[in-house]
Amino acid sequence: MRITQGTFSFLPDLDDAQVARQVDYCLGRGWALGIEYTDDPHPRNTYWEMFGPPMFDLRDAAGIMAELARCRAAWPRHYIRLTAFDSSAGTESIVLAFIVNRPAVEPGFRLLRHEVAGRTVRYSIESYAVHARPEGARYPGHGEMTD
Amino acid sequence: MEADGVNQVKDASRRYAAGVLKYAQMGYWAPDYVPRETDVLAVFRITPQDGVDAVEAAAAVAGESSTATWTVVWTDRLTACETYRAKAYRVDPVPHIPGQYFCWIAYDLALFEEGSIANVAASIIGNVFSFKPLKAARLEDMRFPVAYVKTFPGPPTGIVVERERMDKFGRPLLGATTKPKLGLSGRNYGRVVYEGLKGGLDFMKDDENINSQPFMHWRDRFLFVMEAVNRASAASGEVKGHYLNVTAGTMEEMIRRAEFARELGSIVVMVDLVVGWTAIQSMSYWCRQHDMVLHMHRAGHGTYTRQKNHGVSFRVIAKWLRLCGVDHLHAGTAVGKLEGDPMTVQGFYNICRDSQTEVDLPRGLFFDQDWGGLRKVMPVASGGIHAGQMHQLLDLFGDDVVLQFGGGTIGHPQGIQAGATANRVALEAMVLARNEGRDIREEGPDILRAAARWCAPLQAALDTWGEISFNYTPTDTSDFTPTATAS
Repeated sequence: MRITQGTFSFLPDLDDAQVARQVDYCLGRGWALGIEYTDDPHPRNTYWEMFGPPMFDLRDAAGIMAELARCRAAWPRHYIRLTAFDSSAGTESIVLAFIVNRPAVEPGFRLLRHEVAGRTVRYSIESYAVHARPEGARYPGHGEMTD
Repeated sequence: MEADGVNQVKDASRRYAAGVLKYAQMGYWAPDYVPRETDVLAVFRITPQDGVDAVEAAAAVAGESSTATWTVVWTDRLTACETYRAKAYRVDPVPHIPGQYFCWIAYDLALFEEGSIANVAASIIGNVFSFKPLKAARLEDMRFPVAYVKTFPGPPTGIVVERERMDKFGRPLLGATTKPKLGLSGRNYGRVVYEGLKGGLDFMKDDENINSQPFMHWRDRFLFVMEAVNRASAASGEVKGHYLNVTAGTMEEMIRRAEFARELGSIVVMVDLVVGWTAIQSMSYWCRQHDMVLHMHRAGHGTYTRQKNHGVSFRVIAKWLRLCGVDHLHAGTAVGKLEGDPMTVQGFYNICRDSQTEVDLPRGLFFDQDWGGLRKVMPVASGGIHAGQMHQLLDLFGDDVVLQFGGGTIGHPQGIQAGATANRVALEAMVLARNEGRDIREEGPDILRAAARWCAPLQAALDTWGEISFNYTPTDTSDFTPTATAS
């Protein structure tokens, strides 16, 4: 599967020139960029590790791209995202966030169902990469788990 | 404007002699009055009956929406009646429309109960719309003093927090209304929800008239829908939602349904505008206590918002709903199948999203409005829109909007997932291009065609709907710059 978090996950992976143009867009609007990475892409995993704090004072795309290259070298098989922060009144939050690095194989998530009273089900989502085995690879001999 | 018999009778013994005085003579016309920061202001469009003077008609509107009745009453003299009288302070002919006037009225803050839109509505639109001396009346806009705004908690979630909870930034959100509106069983209904969400939508939606009918009871719908939502979330790694419509016959039943939605882990519930102002405020309080997004479907509004000469403008309804506290509000598409002049619709969006709304007559905004830090409402564009219009929608409305493609998702020739994927790819491609500095208004169709070269579902969507547009003359337009519907 392909995790489709972030602003541009339904597009083919952005190349560096495309990423740099988005960085330019963010810097042009006065936003600060941060680089974050994780190997637990659970949809509710809000706090990916920061590759340093948001780069409030780095105002040129080449510098941001150099930081991104350092992060990719350090964490080549992690999810990495660029996050833009807008500090203006009335927003003060993230205004763009998109994935710029992802593992070659994304096993996805298992949906756990805990049946309770009536027909109610309590749901949990668990990353196969973190635990267990993915859809299509649960029964040895009838599927493959690639790595 | 000046006319005969418009001056207030100052001599108390004459003023309060039993009998009938003109409203202007009773003191409801005050051309020298300077509105105070703390006044509630309203502008009405009025069409007086033939032979009725516009100033007297304006004074009558002020009178009947505050303290007056048709005759003089001595009991006024027991009160600080000068304070409680609303004051018509300005009357302007409507440009290019003979017989219609904008009348501007100021109301003292003391006339209103804190935190109650029911009270505002009963005061401002309670009586005057049936008043015989007027052929027609329309409440065009209102200005609320920030002191009054702060008596409302406002949207329980708001745009910023909704995005943080959804982990979705930098692009409009995508939704679709489950179709057909009526008749699907719970299990079949959940199938549509799953397909739409798995294909790439952020939200699916109950329609306004999906409540608890014989073909699908509400608990069945909620259970199957939540299976679909969670399944799609696991398949995509994204937070997804479905607006579970809790509209019901009683407040108690609505709360019961909302509680069940919460128990099942839904992040959003929905009510229809027809439930009424007090019920909306109650649901808003409930949502605030339970971390729930509140989706408002403006069912029924067209009965009183659409015709320019009579009713209540949707910009007033949008202001009332932001005060009531809804998180999503259907506010028009401009390009779709439902009524909406583009600039008028942008005016509604400003009301939902501004921190400080500025006067903008071509967009129908008559007043500055300080929102006093009230959270922002996410507008929803829904009704007859499709992927081929993505550049127009993004250009008109920007990022903070939910774009809802119902038929434009479910009617896709390759299926619902393909329809959803076409919309999501079209959207992301357009946002990417806009951010790169391309002129999407001009280059939009090229950008869509380029993405369709690698995305077959988008190609099929463009082949099916690319040429569809709804070009009809809108009825609710600004009188300050005539505009035509964009194609």
